[in-house]
Amino acid sequence: MRIDSRAAYESFRDEAKAGLAARKKEVLVCCGTGCLANGSAGVAEAFGKELAARGLSVEVGTFTKKTGCHGFCERGPLVVVQPEGILYTQVKPRDVAEICDKTIANGEVIPRLLYKNPADKKKVERYGDVPFYKHQTRIAMRNIGKIDPTDLGDAIAHEAYAGLVRALTELTPEQVIKEVETAGLRGRGGAGFVTARKWKSCRAAHGDRKFVLCNGDEGDPGAFKDRSIMEGDPHSVLEGMVIGAFAVGAHEGFIYVRDEYPLAVVNLTIAMEQARKAGLLGTNILGTGFDFDLRISRGGGAFVCGESSALMRSIEGKVGEPRQKYVHATDKGLFDLPTVLNNVETWADVGAILHRGGAWFASLGTAKSKGTKAFSLVGKVKNTGLIELPMGMTLRQIVYDIGGGILGDRPFKAVQTGGPSGGCVPESLLDLPVDFEKLTEAGSMMGSGGMIVMDDRTCMVDVARYFLKFLSEESCGKCVPCREGLHQMLVMFDALVAGKGSPGDLERIEELAAGMQLGSLCELGKSAPNPVVSTLRYFRPEYEAHIHAQTCPAGMCRDLTAYEIVPEGCDGCHLCFKACPTEAITGEVKKTHLILQEKCISCGACYDVCPTQSIRFFPKHERTVA
Amino acid sequence: MSTRQLTANSRQSTAHPKTVTMTIDGKAVRVSEGASVLDAARQAGVHIPTLCHHEALEAWGGCRLCVVDVTRQGWDGWCKLVVSCMYAAEDGLIVLTDTDRVKLTRKVVLDLLLARCPETPLIQELASRHGIDRTSYQANPEPTDCILCGLCTRVCDHIGVSAISTVDRGIGKQVAPPFHQAPPDCIGCLACAEICPTSCIPYETSDTRRVIWEKSFEMVRCPQCGRAHITQEQARHYAGRGGVPASYFDTCDACKRRQLASTFTKLQVVQGGAR
Repeated sequence: MRIDSRAAYESFRDEAKAGLAARKKEVLVCCGTGCLANGSAGVAEAFGKELAARGLSVEVGTFTKKTGCHGFCERGPLVVVQPEGILYTQVKPRDVAEICDKTIANGEVIPRLLYKNPADKKKVERYGDVPFYKHQTRIAMRNIGKIDPTDLGDAIAHEAYAGLVRALTELTPEQVIKEVETAGLRGRGGAGFVTARKWKSCRAAHGDRKFVLCNGDEGDPGAFKDRSIMEGDPHSVLEGMVIGAFAVGAHEGFIYVRDEYPLAVVNLTIAMEQARKAGLLGTNILGTGFDFDLRISRGGGAFVCGESSALMRSIEGKVGEPRQKYVHATDKGLFDLPTVLNNVETWADVGAILHRGGAWFASLGTAKSKGTKAFSLVGKVKNTGLIELPMGMTLRQIVYDIGGGILGDRPFKAVQTGGPSGGCVPESLLDLPVDFEKLTEAGSMMGSGGMIVMDDRTCMVDVARYFLKFLSEESCGKCVPCREGLHQMLVMFDALVAGKGSPGDLERIEELAAGMQLGSLCELGKSAPNPVVSTLRYFRPEYEAHIHAQTCPAGMCRDLTAYEIVPEGCDGCHLCFKACPTEAITGEVKKTHLILQEKCISCGACYDVCPTQSIRFFPKHERTVA
Repeated sequence: MSTRQLTANSRQSTAHPKTVTMTIDGKAVRVSEGASVLDAARQAGVHIPTLCHHEALEAWGGCRLCVVDVTRQGWDGWCKLVVSCMYAAEDGLIVLTDTDRVKLTRKVVLDLLLARCPETPLIQELASRHGIDRTSYQANPEPTDCILCGLCTRVCDHIGVSAISTVDRGIGKQVAPPFHQAPPDCIGCLACAEICPTSCIPYETSDTRRVIWEKSFEMVRCPQCGRAHITQEQARHYAGRGGVPASYFDTCDACKRRQLASTFTKLQVVQGGAR
């Protein structure tokens, strides 16, 4: 059916909503990539079978729905029983019969499957009461987990395309831009450029042929927010792009999706077909005479193609290398024509802004960073997953209230934000409100919204080395400072973690970092030294310990660390014996164990499993090997 | 749209070329609109080092040696570090080629290149002129002369052949024919080898045969002087582009010129010129 007017949209929406209301019970099975990997497809299938076998789907109007990512991937597969909102975590297919019999048929909660709050050890029944969700405000991810991403009706019942209807039937392109300006929306891809300003200059650019692009080449290690949006609510991306195209006067667009996101490509393709059939994409959108169509361009696996000029070259069919730009893409972008490129999350925000108004969006957040921001919370934190919060929330709230604190209640050391081009923020800045400005001032950046939490057992030199290694493999190699600089920087860091650093290394590293920041061609190269610069800024003594004392204070650099068992504490539980991969631990059950230094490879597996903390690490050069 | 572009272009070409005036290290220089800051500097006699730049090719901005600081009146002393080969000359632009940032960037770039190519005379000389006699970094254990300036692959593209390209990325990037095999599209013109600033593309050429990129070429011998001056593939490629028969290229350029000169000398000179 084609939706060819505002009235048609409204009647379609109301019908879809009525259909939704008629369902007495709804079982939401998360089928995001994380939960799928944990076996949620089997859980969804089991629900289908069990419900049919009991005739429940007919009798009580129960409906099973495969949704996008709920964000709480740590606890997957996740199942939510609506309308009560009961959240079950780590559900296995064998639990399904019990859920059908007890929860769906009788409204009885199964405590075994509930989430246990690690803070107070209490079970939490309702989705909204779980601390991980309680502190979140979802705009870009408003419908993820609620809707079946492959069902347009379900999306529209949840107000998808309402912003588009308003934009196309009530507003002029200038008014649309004004609304986005009022919202104070800034690019969610990292740089935080003011979206309305970008749109305005593209609208003003000469030429009839313009492009609207979506950057879905999310390549940062530990970042997966764009993936979840494309997989779980592709319509929010399409809606935003059609609105953007209307605002700037474009009729063609591309969604650039990294090749490693096959489910995103599938769900986007389905959404585009459905939207085209419904008249929400393609020709004569909503009967207004406005035309805009989209194609998906799949990346080839190069991280650098997330950079705007490289992304455009890749879409053009050329080698994905950045081009020096002294002209904005809004004047000369794809095929040298005026182009607007925004990140997946930015596009997902646009529909909500047009639907609920720019002022509403601007009421959230801080003075210069408005609205909410999605983050991928990972690392040494109890609750990992995907979160969306109002700008200005402190790191402490994110790590402790949402993340539930550090794994094993170890001390917090730092949080790495912004992906490989970002930086590490130390404990002294835990109360830093997270927004574009504050993160930049702290020497990090918003970036892709990756947040990697680190505990005291993280070596900051090794962290910097990890990102250098990633970037040196991903540098396109076009310009000298990035190609040669990252290589040489990595050579120096390899020496540092091996205890082979020499005095003067830090000064050489700093000079090289400055040269790369100044001289590199694109933002990848310019920002590549950030992890180095920020760790040097906050953790310089750790670098000095590696160079001058050949020790790794965190006990992570294997070449510099040795382990031994403190006999007084060892109760002979034998766990370390089992954990050791090289049979370097001897000892019988209930007797004191011993580490054979000549066999030990300093992996730290024993240290991590010891329940009595009776294993200590010390500088390797102090040990005596028999 | 294409019509409009055409009219705009033709208007541009008929009008007097506009000029812009700017200063480079305090020297005023006037260049035509569309020139780069590097063009302007060369015109003003201000030396800016380059490695990946060539007048015949589009600017590329890969070596980063030609960085300069640009500023304007009213920017309150705020400067922008740009590559001069790609930054367009503008009216009122103030270009500084010797700031601390420029010097640091050039030093780091040359230091890094010297580590990559420790035995390459061009890099040694350039580095030495910037005060670097030994690299501060780890010298390449497998020294190469290729600085990855991309001139060879770009000239090959420019000729319309694209037989070679850069492959891989990061420190593993290199210039190579497809699949590291004798490139089927190569015409043996030697443009890549000739343009290479470090002469690191090996080739052999004789009266009968030419070998480059491990591909062997038959030569065309000039019927008049007997010199082997062009490969058969080159003749075919140029003929295809220029709309002349391949036999047009049998005679070498020198003999063609000689022929033309003798034709002119035989012409009768008409007083007042022909109308």
